[in-house]
Amino acid sequence: MALDVAESETIARVREIATRLKPLEGPLLPILHEVQETFGHVPASALPAIADVLNLTAAEVHGTMSFYPDFRTAPAGRTVVKICRAEACKAMGGDALAAEVQERMGLGWHETSADERATLEPVYCLGLCACAPAAMVGDTLIGRADAAAVLRAAGEDTA
Amino acid sequence: MRTIFVPRDAAALALGADAVAQAISREAEARGEAVEIVRNGSRGMIWLEPLVEVLDGETRMGFGPMTPDDVPALFDGGFRSHAKALGPVEEIPFFAAQTRLTFARCGLIDPLSIADCEVNGGLCGLRRALTMSPEEITAEVTESGLRGRGGAGFPTGIKWETVRKAPGDRKYIVCNADEGDSGTFADRMLMEGDPFCLIEGMVIAGLGTGADKGYVYLRSEYPHAIATMREAVGLARRAGLLGPSVLDSGRAFEIEIRVGAGAYVCGEETSLLNSLEGKRGVVRAKPPLPALEGFLGRPTVVNNVISLATVPVILDKGAKGFRQLGHNRSHGTIPIQVAGNVKHGGLFETAFGMSLGDLVEKVARGTATGRPVKAVQVGGPLGAYFRPDQFDTPFCYEAFDGEGGLVGHAGIVVFDDTVDMLEQARFAMEFCAIESCGKCTPCRIGAVRGVETLDKIRAGEPGQVELLEDLCETMRGGSLCALGGFTPYPVLSALTRFPDDFATTTEAAE
Repeated sequence: MALDVAESETIARVREIATRLKPLEGPLLPILHEVQETFGHVPASALPAIADVLNLTAAEVHGTMSFYPDFRTAPAGRTVVKICRAEACKAMGGDALAAEVQERMGLGWHETSADERATLEPVYCLGLCACAPAAMVGDTLIGRADAAAVLRAAGEDTA
Repeated sequence: MRTIFVPRDAAALALGADAVAQAISREAEARGEAVEIVRNGSRGMIWLEPLVEVLDGETRMGFGPMTPDDVPALFDGGFRSHAKALGPVEEIPFFAAQTRLTFARCGLIDPLSIADCEVNGGLCGLRRALTMSPEEITAEVTESGLRGRGGAGFPTGIKWETVRKAPGDRKYIVCNADEGDSGTFADRMLMEGDPFCLIEGMVIAGLGTGADKGYVYLRSEYPHAIATMREAVGLARRAGLLGPSVLDSGRAFEIEIRVGAGAYVCGEETSLLNSLEGKRGVVRAKPPLPALEGFLGRPTVVNNVISLATVPVILDKGAKGFRQLGHNRSHGTIPIQVAGNVKHGGLFETAFGMSLGDLVEKVARGTATGRPVKAVQVGGPLGAYFRPDQFDTPFCYEAFDGEGGLVGHAGIVVFDDTVDMLEQARFAMEFCAIESCGKCTPCRIGAVRGVETLDKIRAGEPGQVELLEDLCETMRGGSLCALGGFTPYPVLSALTRFPDDFATTTEAAE
């Protein structure tokens, strides 16, 4: 029962967001962004609710959501660690940085640690190409990043 | 009261600018000195960030790269002598050698002060545009020779004229701020350092074409640019720069910031429009041109950030002066972003025509690692790799086209001799496979096959190079947009210009 209450609350919240943003021209991405900001991901139950408010099919909403890498179907870990994988960072040792962070966190790309402490994501350019390699840990940007700085920012420097 | 500037640009923040700003206010408080800290944009000399500037009379004196530990000595030395003193910022050779038109105010002003912007030449272009007819505005932009700075290089004025003449009661200005190319950060720097410049350019575009609504489609990877633009739009509204009567002219213009969701392909204009409409960011076939049937099927200008942000200075100073700068049919200035393995990385705005070699050797001062330059990729992940023996290529649309490359978003990424070009070619294919929207088969499936083929080349399987060349030909001819169509540029340029890296182990053994 408790689960149903939680789900109906989720749906009510999603409907409120969708109804408020509906007057925008092309409201779906802003709605998905706000739903994700609210819940940390886009819950499966949100899709039919959004579809109903916008008079779309659930398939159309799912189609849009699943196209974009930013939208999550499950919550991320408490800290999201993003390592840039693009050319300018590769020119400054980005591959070695990525490999070391992966190894020391024990995570592959898009993986979340079992204790939900951290999620590791690749990112294709943070616009920090003149101080490469670059990383973003939570809201913190790191230029000329090394694994120690990334892990320290992520609160993972237990070693 | 002493005025001290500490940048709030994302690159400066990534190098510790916030901690430096905090150290300065702590130190000032401890010493009982009155200081005003202005968080400006970046001057673009990223190797000097955090670059602290102190106003000394009329001159801005630079100190950098600063750390919190360097701060007490700044006070001890009376804000003049310091181990990291750089002298007047605008006399630093990297800065003094530039022609700053689009980026004239970036790093100079408080990005969120309209007053600061206006005192330094802001809104002059808009005020002039408000006295002109739409025909006169588009004609002036056409005459300037300004071409799209996002990569395609299409004449901006002609695009505007098409939208102006298109029938329709509602038209749009869409700013493409989905700058996703590695090695580029000009859009980000401009939006974080002089957001009213972009807003001004968009309002002028609205006046020229009869559009009264603008959207900025901004990539989610730039949270600081998003925050700055949102705040700037709010301030512009309150100041009457946006709204039902722009600067009391009786003409309306409104701007909304929209955030992307991590898809590189949405930097392509038709997929951007689909995304803005709330659909999958799948590429549309052209025609119809977005200028005639764009956002929600209505006439739409889709321009890159730098194209729009360059319009105010053209309207202010006149088309002629802008047109006189440059090389061939590449007119005006271009903010070149120097990145990757370089000693002096940053943004260098200059007239078209500087040679690639001068950019790498004189502007960037060679590699950060001190090793020889092996390859330079120009124009982002879809741009070709160049060898040092091609360094006399002048930086302009025509010359790069002639060399089988592209200017793209004007980013150059330098690699030293440790780079493995087969790996770079493989990455280009892998990136295309990850980011393909899926519409065109040669891009969606070809890129996956491309990765596999490059792995076979690595493993020494015979006959694979011919297959790769054939695949690239198919992708180039069979893709609707630049993602599938231009991925062959980095792949084939790596293959033909760095053949040693593709020599298989078996061939090498023979």
